[in-house]
Amino acid sequence: MELTLAHYLSLSAALFTIGVFGIFVNRKNIIVILMSLELMLLSVNINLVAFGAFNGDIKGQIFAMLVLTVAAAEAAVGLAILVTYFRNRGDIAVEDVNLMRG
Amino acid sequence: MEVIAFSILSAIVLIAAFCVIAARNPVHSVLFLILAFFTSSGLLVLIGAEFLAMLLIVVYVGAVAVLFLFVVMMLDVDFVELKQGFLNYAPFGGVVALVFFAEIALVASAMGASRPETFDASPNAETNVEAIGQVMYTDYLLLFQISGIVLLIAMIGAIVLTLRHRPGVRRQSVEEQTGRKRADAVELKDVRPGQGI
Repeated sequence: MELTLAHYLSLSAALFTIGVFGIFVNRKNIIVILMSLELMLLSVNINLVAFGAFNGDIKGQIFAMLVLTVAAAEAAVGLAILVTYFRNRGDIAVEDVNLMRG
Repeated sequence: MEVIAFSILSAIVLIAAFCVIAARNPVHSVLFLILAFFTSSGLLVLIGAEFLAMLLIVVYVGAVAVLFLFVVMMLDVDFVELKQGFLNYAPFGGVVALVFFAEIALVASAMGASRPETFDASPNAETNVEAIGQVMYTDYLLLFQISGIVLLIAMIGAIVLTLRHRPGVRRQSVEEQTGRKRADAVELKDVRPGQGI
């Protein structure tokens, strides 16, 4: 049995689904939500690289690198917002984040 | 052989990913996240994308996961309380996730019968790094520059968000320091012997 694109696509679909599930079940814990986002971005990266590699095209890897950059930036800004929120409110319960309006 | 390696690695990735969202302690979540990233970089090595695999370890494990770990340990939060409602949301989340997976599977199966494929992660080049380097700074120069700008803006944003000026903290004032004259600092006294000032 040969390693095919379908293997990688099914893995990344499953990983993405786990990420979506993680966002739903951890509604209160924003740190785990951010981690689920990272998992979803990881699955997208695997998808891009697999498509690129199996079609003999380097563009997939270049684009995966861009996704990696955006993921790092997103994690940094998200955690900075989280730290600021914690400093102002004393906890990170995201259920009453809408109190911050205005 | 490759399929066996793929199966083992992907099983580890999926289990680790599930543990990330199910772990009670967020520190364990972060550690499982690191395991998932590490193992998926092994998956990328399997299809020849070595450079991206190393990048995944350097960026994710080295920077992002450590950042997560740092924040989790820095914030003094009662995580047990935050874990409440896991089972309340689980059915709904499970339904959404299943629908999602079914949609993806539908699209994937609509792609048609999979032809025998071979992978080539480094076309027109000896090594993977060479293949990336050939196009990264020529065809995709703009993309490269833009990702630099994205990182710069994220860095500035994170600093601006977390910087605070606390009152009562004594800071160095460079202007005051360098603008100081000799007359402000030193006073000459004419002291007579045996008398003191």
